[in-house]
Amino acid sequence: MPAPAAPTTTPRSVKDLRLGETGTICCLNDPEMALKLLEMGCIPGTKVTLNGRAPLGCPITLHVDGEYTLSLRVSEAATILLKD
Amino acid sequence: MARAAVIDKPQPLGQEVTTGSAAGRHTRIALIGNPNSGKSSLFNQLTGLNQKVGNFPGVTVDRKTGSAQLTAQHRADIIDLPGTYSLYPKSLDEKVITDLLYDQAASEYPDFVVVTADASNLKRNLLLFTQLADLQLPMVLALNMMDTAAQHGIQIDVEELQRQLGVPIIPMNARKGVGVTALKIVMAQELGPPTETFYEPSEELLPMIRQIRYYFNLHNDYLALHYAHQGDRLRFLSADDRAYLAELRDKYQFDSIALQAQETIARYARISELLLDVVRVTRAEKNESYSNRIDRVLTHKVWGYLIFLGILFLLFQAIFSWAAYPMDLIDQGVAWLGSQVKQLGEGPLIDLLSDGIIAGLGGVLMFIPQIALLFAFIAVLEESGYMARVTFMMDKIMRKFGLNGKSVVPLISGMACAVPAIMSTRTIENWKDRIITIFVVPLMSCSARIPVYTVLVALVVPDQKVLGIFNLQGVVLMGLYLLGFVSAVLSAWALKVLLKAKERSFFIMEFPVYRWPRWKNVGLTIVEKVKAFVFQAGKVIVAISVLLWVLASYGPSGALDQATQHAQTEAARQQLTPAQTENLVASYKLESSYAGVFGRSIEPVVRPLGFDWKVSIALLTSFAAREVFVGTMSTIYSVGQDADMSTVQDKLRAEKDENGQPFFTPARAASLLVFYVFAMQCVSTLATTYRETKGWTWPLLQLVYMSGLAYVLSLLTYQLLK
Repeated sequence: MPAPAAPTTTPRSVKDLRLGETGTICCLNDPEMALKLLEMGCIPGTKVTLNGRAPLGCPITLHVDGEYTLSLRVSEAATILLKD
Repeated sequence: MARAAVIDKPQPLGQEVTTGSAAGRHTRIALIGNPNSGKSSLFNQLTGLNQKVGNFPGVTVDRKTGSAQLTAQHRADIIDLPGTYSLYPKSLDEKVITDLLYDQAASEYPDFVVVTADASNLKRNLLLFTQLADLQLPMVLALNMMDTAAQHGIQIDVEELQRQLGVPIIPMNARKGVGVTALKIVMAQELGPPTETFYEPSEELLPMIRQIRYYFNLHNDYLALHYAHQGDRLRFLSADDRAYLAELRDKYQFDSIALQAQETIARYARISELLLDVVRVTRAEKNESYSNRIDRVLTHKVWGYLIFLGILFLLFQAIFSWAAYPMDLIDQGVAWLGSQVKQLGEGPLIDLLSDGIIAGLGGVLMFIPQIALLFAFIAVLEESGYMARVTFMMDKIMRKFGLNGKSVVPLISGMACAVPAIMSTRTIENWKDRIITIFVVPLMSCSARIPVYTVLVALVVPDQKVLGIFNLQGVVLMGLYLLGFVSAVLSAWALKVLLKAKERSFFIMEFPVYRWPRWKNVGLTIVEKVKAFVFQAGKVIVAISVLLWVLASYGPSGALDQATQHAQTEAARQQLTPAQTENLVASYKLESSYAGVFGRSIEPVVRPLGFDWKVSIALLTSFAAREVFVGTMSTIYSVGQDADMSTVQDKLRAEKDENGQPFFTPARAASLLVFYVFAMQCVSTLATTYRETKGWTWPLLQLVYMSGLAYVLSLLTYQLLK
């Protein structure tokens, strides 16, 4: 997926979610990592909920589409941008 | 064979396509599915104890095959493929799938595939299914974990799903064996390719796809598309083939990443659409899931780590104290057998049998309880989903040392055996993280060191309780493991500083829900590992024991006779009893045997570490495999000792130095223990590192680094404690 040009104001990403908060994926801004994330079901338009954080704050776990739990690092979560 | 799309396709030149199912009713079936979709449970249900573990050709990925009786006349060979989320491999493990499924000329090419899918997580599981369906592989879908789906309030209209997907579907619950019979019945039938297509490559790709199809004689557009995507990574393609594909990619400006992303999005859209009519979710309870509630404790800031430490502690207590009872029984049993054989008569053959073969066999059999326990623990931790939590909790810490949360599993498996542990680093996508993990894994104390640790610790550490409950020997054992772990982590950190590589590391992975481990799966893992130890390591150990016995019983011509005479005169001078004389003769003989000459020649090098020529022999033989140590010691010290000294520990305890004091002082034992913690004494590990890193650089570095570390640290230990 071609990466959309970065907008001037930084949009929120999954890393900015609060515990228990749900957001809708808008786009993935890292093409290579996007391949893995897409396969794992992080498709634009999908709802994700921040489920938990590791004791040291990273990695985090996400509920993807209410179906299953995905764990990923904060730096990886930052590439998943959310819709407003 | 019912493969409609094949009909108009010319067969590849000079290659027969197997159609074996008709005559012999012997089918080859591949089992494929997402990780955590119950694939292993299903494999175990289908094959039971009829399993074999081998390697995929050319690579070291474990290749599990088994056979299943489908009907009275119909047997099938089943191959269990590694779990994957898609047909675009992200790790080396997953690559074997494409190597198998994309090479239709391969002798291993399956007649059809069984796809497992987790019914409670259908959308993501169907991604892989639709890719396989588009390859037009004949298949059946095993819709697994129907019970979990029901618990989550997910209702699936199986008939509608079957209509939408165009393949037979068997709803099942593989962990409990529900649906296995129905699946077998379907598997025994001639399956056709799926009737539905889920993704069509876009128009502008068609000219390229046609060229690839023509060139490689492929029957399917989607397969041709994958050749374009993965040409460079398919093992069976020649350099010319790859060059041809690269040329085509250039010509058509093929953007692999963008196309893959588009494909995945399109597939998900198609899957979401078709599931609309199939899946109904009536989630009544809004309660937090039980996995989350467990996680609040098990991945808690404080409790999480304490519990992890506690589990490790329990593991070592188990290995040391619980395993002791069966081990003693085996040790005594073997000793009894040896003494029985000795009573049969005298002569070199009897000696070979009792001191060579049976003593060596004892060294193998004795460690079955510990290996079984260790693998039982690891299997339970994996099966229950706890291992994923460990990875999760440790990632940030491990990254500081140049490792990765995913390095924790290889490191923990390294406590069982470095060979599978190094192989399991294939799940680490990042090259640098993976190399570092491979490099330090052998520093983790593996089960082959258990024999050495057990014997030496029991020899010098008193069997008493600390703080009322802990066995002191168990605590020392844990200390040795910690020493290995700490050195692994520090070495990783050093490598991280030394190795400069700019490659990204990923940590995107499924976080499985907690499940009760299935005892059948745990049991089969134990059987598999114990079998591997007894037959693979066992062969080496027994062979080396016999070789040693020969080396210790024979010597350069005339040397032994001279030694005997020398000992007899010496005995006469000291007026020894006949029994003492016999002992003296035997020990003089051992010293002038080939083994003695051998040991003597390296003694100067290891003397500063506190070792003599007898230990030197054991050190040398251990370079083939560490577990040989105990067998060697047992064999060496059997020669020339009383018949009632039957167990290894008795033999070692009875060993005296030149001043008549016990030879194995705490300083000597500690030095020897430290040596075994660090030394790279495993040919199989070096061979695995060679295969996994595709070169001699890393195995040689491992050998030099670890042996150097062992020598220096043992030297320090002995000189400080002496």
